Formats: sequence, C-alpha cells, structure tokens
Amino acid sequence: MKYVYLIFSNLKRKKLRTGLTLMSIMVAFLLFGYLAAIRQAFDAGVEVAGADRLIVRHKVSIIQLLPQSYEARIEQVDGVDNAVASTWFGGIYQERGNFFAQIPVVPEELFDMFPEYIVSDEQKAAWLATRTGALVGRGTMERFGWKLGDRIPINATIWRKKDGGTTWEFDIVAVYDGAEKGTDTSQFFFRYDYFDESRANGHGLVGWYTVRVSDPDRAAEVAAAIDAEFANSPQETKTEPEGAFIQGFANQIGNIAFIIISIMSAVFFTILLVAGNTMAYTVRERTSELAVLKAIGFTDRGVLGLVLGESLALTLVGGVLGLCLAMLLVSMGDPTDGSFPVFYMPASAVVVGCGLIVAMAFVAGILPALQAQRLQIADALRR
Amino acid sequence: MTDKKVDGTLVRVSGVDKIFKRGSEEIHVLGGLDLEIPRGEFLALMGPSGSGKSTLLNLVGGLDRPSEGAVEIDGQRIDKLSDRKLAGWRARHVGLVFQFYNLMPVLSAQKNVELPLLLTKLSKTERKKRASIALDIVGLSHRAGHYPRQLSGGEQQRTGIARAIVTDPTLLLCDEPTGDLDRKSGDEILDLLQALNREQGKTIIMVTHDIHAAARASRTLYLNKGQLSTEAVD
Repeated sequence: MKYVYLIFSNLKRKKLRTGLTLMSIMVAFLLFGYLAAIRQAFDAGVEVAGADRLIVRHKVSIIQLLPQSYEARIEQVDGVDNAVASTWFGGIYQERGNFFAQIPVVPEELFDMFPEYIVSDEQKAAWLATRTGALVGRGTMERFGWKLGDRIPINATIWRKKDGGTTWEFDIVAVYDGAEKGTDTSQFFFRYDYFDESRANGHGLVGWYTVRVSDPDRAAEVAAAIDAEFANSPQETKTEPEGAFIQGFANQIGNIAFIIISIMSAVFFTILLVAGNTMAYTVRERTSELAVLKAIGFTDRGVLGLVLGESLALTLVGGVLGLCLAMLLVSMGDPTDGSFPVFYMPASAVVVGCGLIVAMAFVAGILPALQAQRLQIADALRR
Repeated sequence: MTDKKVDGTLVRVSGVDKIFKRGSEEIHVLGGLDLEIPRGEFLALMGPSGSGKSTLLNLVGGLDRPSEGAVEIDGQRIDKLSDRKLAGWRARHVGLVFQFYNLMPVLSAQKNVELPLLLTKLSKTERKKRASIALDIVGLSHRAGHYPRQLSGGEQQRTGIARAIVTDPTLLLCDEPTGDLDRKSGDEILDLLQALNREQGKTIIMVTHDIHAAARASRTLYLNKGQLSTEAVD
C-alpha cells in the first residue's frame, strides 16, 4: 500500500497523456460492458431454457405449420410428460418498431410448462374466464405503460380474422414476472381458443410444440422418437432442445456472439497498443529516475513491480470507470426501446471485465517493466 | 564468505580493475587500484574527466561491480553479494548525492526524502517524522511541501542530501554535489557536508573537479589513468 502514492504520482506526471489513455481504456470497457448486455439480450432465452424441454417444429422451417392433432401423439411418446402448442402471431402494435412476441396458447398448459412465469392465482383465474384476455410480461407492460384492464389492438400481419379484418383486440387481464433475471418478460400470450375460432384460415394448425421430457438425460433419445413418430408424414418434424431452438432463432440475425467478440477483439487490441505505448514512454523518459530508485535500494523486482503497478493503476481506473459507465447506460434502457426480451449486464461480464483489466495491465506493462528491471544503475545514471 | 575485519578502516578496495566493453573494444578505466578509507573520513576524489572517479564511487557504493579485485565495506565483500542483497545493502548503508540532484519531480521534498524509507518496515507516521528531521538538518523544513520545480538548485541539492541521510547510512557518496550550483549555494552544501562529517561522524567520499570544494575535505586523492595518487598529475 505504501507504494500506491508513488504509483499514482507517476501517473500524474503527464496529465494529458494519462488522461487520453485512461479515456481510451474507459471507452473500450464501456463498449465491452454495453455489448455484453446486448449479447445477453440475444442469449437470455438460451440461458434460462429448460434442460428438460424440447421444441418440435416442422422439419422444413419454423414458418411451416404442424397439425394441432400432433399434440396428443407427442404426449404418447415414451419419455414425454406433456406438450404445449404455440404459434407465431406476428402482429404490430401501433407501429412496426414496437416489436414483441405475441403467442396464442392454452393457458392451463402454459402455466404447467413454464413455471418461470410468475402470475397471481387471481389473474390466472381472470385469464381463464376472459376469452379475449391476454397475459403480458412485465417488461412489455412497462414499455408501453399498459395497465390491467386495458384493451390493446394488435394489427395482424399473418392472421386475418374471419370478417376480413386485421385488427385483433385483447383485454389485459394478467401480468407475469420472471422467476429469474434472464427470464423473458416481453411476451404477450393470448388464448388459443379465441385465436383458432377467430382466424380466417389455418384452423387446427400450430407453429411448434414445447415438450417436457420426464428425464433430461434421455432428451436426445426422446427427440429422435418424436421425429420417428412423424417420419414420412406430410408434416415431418425436427425436434431439438429448447436452448438450441432459441439460439437458432437468434442466429437468423447472425452469429451475435462471434460479431461481438470480433468487435471487442479489435477494440482491445487497439487499446492494448495505446496503453503499451504509454507505458513504454513512461519508462523511457524516466530512465534516470528508475536508476535512482535502484541506487537507493529498490530491487530489480521492486522496480518491475512499480512499473506493472502503474500499468495496473492505469487500466484499473479506466476499466472500472468504463464498466461503471456501461452499467449506468444499460440501466437507462435498451437501445431498441424495449424490443430486447431482457437487457442487463450479467455478473459474468463484470468478472470477465475485471479479468481483462488485469490481463491488459500485464500485457501493456510487462515489456517496459522488464526493461526497467534490467536497467544497469551506473549506465542509466550516465545517460 | 566475507572475512570481516573490524578496525578503523571502513572502505577497503583491493586490486580493483574495471573494464568497460564498447563493442569489441575494451576500455580499462581502473587498473589494480587499492584504496583504504578510515571510518569518519571526508575524502575528496579529484581527477580529469574520464579518469574513473565516478566509476570508483559506483564500485564503493555497490552501484556497479569490479571486473577484478575486491570491494570491502565495513568488513563485508559487497562485490560478492547477489543483486537483491546488494540492493538491500545499499538501502541500509549508502546515501547518494548526485550532481543533478535526481529528485522525483512528481513528489514533494518531504515525499522525496521519504523514498528510501519505503524500503523499511517503518510506519507511515515514523517515515514522515524521520523525513522531517532530515529536512530540518539540511534547513529545509519550511519547504517540505514544495516540489523540486519550486525549489532553487541549492534547495534541491539540500533535499537530495536529506534523502541521502534519512536512513542514517554508514557512507555518504557525493558525485560532484556542487557541480551544478553557484559559488554561494555550493558553499552552503559544502558547509552541510562538513557538518555531517564533523558532527555526525559520517564517512563521506566526494567526487569533484573543484579545488575549492576539495579543500573542505580532510584528505584529497587524485585519480589519473586508473591510478590513485596523493598529488595531482598534469
């Protein structure tokens, strides 16, 4: 601790240079934290996906529908506990930018399959009693300032009504919260019976099934059995773990993780050069001072430690500021104005960020520190 | 192992050669040099530029190692010590005063003087107290909070002397301590060195080009072409 004052005093030597380097590091870690939250938004569903849940979809693509009658057959497959049908509604609330998922489901089945959606018994009963009722996630409720009892018009882009209209009206009767931080609270569920009776076409067809298996260790075996059940039928199926299904959905945009890691690698490499350059200058212009420190008794390792300490102080201040700023910005809301199912900086990003701070300090400082360590006192004092 | 001899001799340099290599060329700076300095002496080392004065000072201070021969301080062969042990020995036994002061520009006079004490186990309060005493001895208590850029040359050198004496070292090595000062400031520094020698019994070796400065010492030796003599050689 007694060397901290010396370390920080040295950093104050060239205030402008230190300030600019600090800002570069800060921006890199701000970007790191913010992009980690974006990545989390795309991966959230994958992380909280049930290990005991499978998704059964049409073998050709998710937009091809499956018969509703498959539900009973799937539930007959050995190892399956139950199955829930869902369909992509794809409606628009007011304008296209207001994206959130709307999904018709059978209420009782939904609660049984997804215990991570927390709803009060009173509201569950209200939804069961209201044919046009909707169960809406807390995130979407807050995003649009909705409250219980509101009637919400959704403009359909896929499913026309029997009367030819495209506007579906729903009454918000229930709100769900997520059991975990990563639970998607942006979804809008409404009753399948209302949907199926009101739609102009596609009766008896659903988008996909969520299946719960009795033994997660047998998930692969059960998935193969389900696909075998419908093999050579007009609507063959593809069954996969829920996490893989959600990941596949996110990957339609692109490999988000790869894109983010590529951007961050480029940013960190550049910042490493900036910090390394600063440290190299810091040592080069202080050759005689470092020699004096050695002359008065600092050991070679002591001088190495001092230079590495300066490098750590530089990256620590910049990195922590950047991560704090990222947390602040993330807490102010997602950049899509609510389209992300979740938006927060995961604790793992903070841990990785701290690791990167230490790694950057070491890589940026080690060469100048070794140079300082090898300094010959008599030679350096003559310069 | 060291063959510790406890007598009146503090510094014993025996048969020391120092050869510097510049590419394939070898430069013999000191050749078979012998020197004994009694405890409590104020020795001035004079000689032309390149005669090896600073090299000899560096060898005695453990800042460099001889190519041949032995350097014994207070009975201890310092040329045999490992780098780490030699650094520890310097911290305990040597105070260094440089021509260009070599203070840390980012630290106040007080913090500059405290620097060598960071290597001790002293508490923060004790370090501060000892640095204040050292600054008081050199007459700079009132400038403790000032940075080197806010001090005159003489004041900077007095801060350098305070830094050198703060650990109460056995040996004070001064490399042209008045070389960058005007006559008045130089005299004040020499007064201070003399007082440290006479009143506190510090053994001082001072390299200088200045006859006036050398006159303050109790003995003057001349170094020429790597050899010592008691008389100047033209």
